Amino acid sequence: MVKSAYSFATKKEKIEKHIFIVWVDNEAGVLARVVGLFSGRGYNIDSLAVAEVDRSNNISRITISTSGTPKVLQQIKLQLGKLVPVHKVADFPQNKKTLMREMALLKVVSSRSHLEKAKKLCKKHKYAIIDRTGKSYVFEVSASKNEIDNLIKKLQPLGLASASRTGVVAMTKGSEIYKQY
Amino acid sequence: MSNLMTGAAMVFRTLEDQGVRHIFGYPGGAVLPIYDELKNHKKIKHILVRHEQGAGHAAEGYARSSGKPGVLLVTSGPGATNTVTALTDAYMDSVPIVCLTGQVPTHLIGTDAFQECDTTGITRPCTKHNWLVKDIKELSLILHKAFDVAMTGRPGPVLVDIPKDIQFQKGRYVRPKKIINKSTKNNIEINGKDNDIKAVATLIKKSFKPILYTGGGVINSGLAATRLLRELVSLTGFPITSTLQGLGAFPGNNPQFLGMLGMHGTYEANNAMHDCDLMINIGARFDDRITGKIDDFSPRSKKVHIDIDPSSINKNVAVDLAVIGDVKIVLGKLVSLLKQNGSDFANSNRQKITAWWNEIENWRKKNSLSFVNSGKIIKPQFAVQRLYELTKAQDTFITTEVGQHQMWAAQHYKFDKPNRWMTSGGLGTMGFGLPAAIGVQVANPEKLVIDIAGEASVLMTMQEMSTAVQYELPIKIFILNNRYMGMVRQWQELLHEKNYSESYIAALPDFVKLAEAYGCVGIRANKPEELDRKIEQMLSINGPVIFDCVVDKAENCYPMILSGKPHNQMLLGKKEDKVSNKGKILV
Repeated sequence: MVKSAYSFATKKEKIEKHIFIVWVDNEAGVLARVVGLFSGRGYNIDSLAVAEVDRSNNISRITISTSGTPKVLQQIKLQLGKLVPVHKVADFPQNKKTLMREMALLKVVSSRSHLEKAKKLCKKHKYAIIDRTGKSYVFEVSASKNEIDNLIKKLQPLGLASASRTGVVAMTKGSEIYKQY
Repeated sequence: MSNLMTGAAMVFRTLEDQGVRHIFGYPGGAVLPIYDELKNHKKIKHILVRHEQGAGHAAEGYARSSGKPGVLLVTSGPGATNTVTALTDAYMDSVPIVCLTGQVPTHLIGTDAFQECDTTGITRPCTKHNWLVKDIKELSLILHKAFDVAMTGRPGPVLVDIPKDIQFQKGRYVRPKKIINKSTKNNIEINGKDNDIKAVATLIKKSFKPILYTGGGVINSGLAATRLLRELVSLTGFPITSTLQGLGAFPGNNPQFLGMLGMHGTYEANNAMHDCDLMINIGARFDDRITGKIDDFSPRSKKVHIDIDPSSINKNVAVDLAVIGDVKIVLGKLVSLLKQNGSDFANSNRQKITAWWNEIENWRKKNSLSFVNSGKIIKPQFAVQRLYELTKAQDTFITTEVGQHQMWAAQHYKFDKPNRWMTSGGLGTMGFGLPAAIGVQVANPEKLVIDIAGEASVLMTMQEMSTAVQYELPIKIFILNNRYMGMVRQWQELLHEKNYSESYIAALPDFVKLAEAYGCVGIRANKPEELDRKIEQMLSINGPVIFDCVVDKAENCYPMILSGKPHNQMLLGKKEDKVSNKGKILV
């Protein structure tokens, strides 16, 4: 028996999936600050995508896919907002109102017939074959996270040799853009 | 070009322009250019500590007692890592300190050079922000921004890591006219939304069982905030309780003050928190030592939370109404709004809450801070009471270490002004009090500064006595010596079947001789009847003193809420209070 603890969590709350978009100054250490905040406070990161989006203003856009209770999700947003290089934070629920895409490069090394089967599977998504040899294809597929998960599962028996994924990037639908807070 | 100067000179120019008069520090290889430059800046006095952690706590004491940022200067590697405890302490208790660290030259960074460490990496989670300066052109801007970040919004520690080659390089000094940062960017967040404040006023008028629960945010907001708080309390007639950090924002001997709340808070404060219908949290953060069991925390109240830090809202306790803003601005608006209600507001309001005050007076009758005094042995509570009685006529500054003595000091020493009480609350850093007292004394040279200490804590930073002697800082180290890590012993008694595992210190130094070894005065009190005389002797000495007050070894600190228990289930220190097995798990 544990003799001494601060307290035990008593309530089980519903876990929701959210995407946070964080606009930051593109400077040394900024990603470590964001990621360190998540690990330091025990938040999850399901996937992470980051790149500079505005060179003249030196702004990078970080897309973090995460999950937590509503209370934790609110804390994530507010804690991110406190970081000095963070300009704004957007909180997108992972539902139909949010556009979400992930890109994957998938190398299949196999027999000709298996390669054709693989191609057929990829055709269900937005895809391209960006490299091909007699015994290998490299597919570029852009789809939702779940679709890529499923595709990978199906490609494995067909000789999937290597998979590289970008992590989810996201945007709101329609003409609206996300305003500060 | 008149503004062209070395990085080292730029550091001092920034400090001068920021109005810094004292820095605490310790030299070393990677800050030698800055130390070389020190001689050219007579306005800035350097206090040489004996360990970099001491510099950090001294800077905290300086900041908390003066309202100005504390500055420390240390070398790379071990110099930087030794400040981590103090930085974390300042981060937890929202103390503005600016830590300047030397770093190996830029071309050696990443090569595991002598005394190299990833300072900004190590201190990232324990500062509001930190910077590694890689270009002399950025140095002065970064330094000014560092002060700005430390002081604005919710204050906190910052760190600027300056490689040695940057300290030698020449560049142009720039003092930015205005720094755009988060708090100025989101002005609305500082002022409090008018509609929210109106809603608070409405709740105040409707309430029958109100309580004000105030914290360190009131003190951080400045003297105007404490003045407005006093006005609000007198205007509403509401009872008020305070966290450990908030003590002094409201006079400790005012009848409307219920004493400190929380784990070792008073019976009346905790019961009022539990039974109230309106709780107004002003600048406090619903810490676990305050709330006890969250699920049973103040179950029937509307909760209002006034805080400058949006991330404090709903972090631990969900509130009904949040007002994001600086306490002094929000209270200013709230008080003037309440005054518009006409001159009879205060009276009509008092009548409405009469029954509530009667309930509170009944809880008060428990006299939960009472203890059984002894004629043979000094009780630690008695020692704090006597110290208070003999020093209350003076403007006294108190620091503490961490443990039982800290709680007894909080319970029995009454503060009537802000910035007079410096204690490590969030991090709970043993060894905080002595170096903090040094910082307090540097900021307040003519004032009486006392560290109410435990013998275990004070040994952690005892070497700073040497600093106090060197700079003739007449701090008084008042040790409640029970030979135990008292709070550890208390928990072991209550929760671990009196298995006093490693909490007894079998070989302590003779504190009187230790004082003499440091070149100051040592005094020992063994008996209750000699206590007053010895305290007066201590106060009459114009120099640092170590006072070894030998107290009851077995005294426990009550009242106590075991964590995992709600506010209305307190141990009052009577023999019949037994701890259940379940309670043992939850401390």
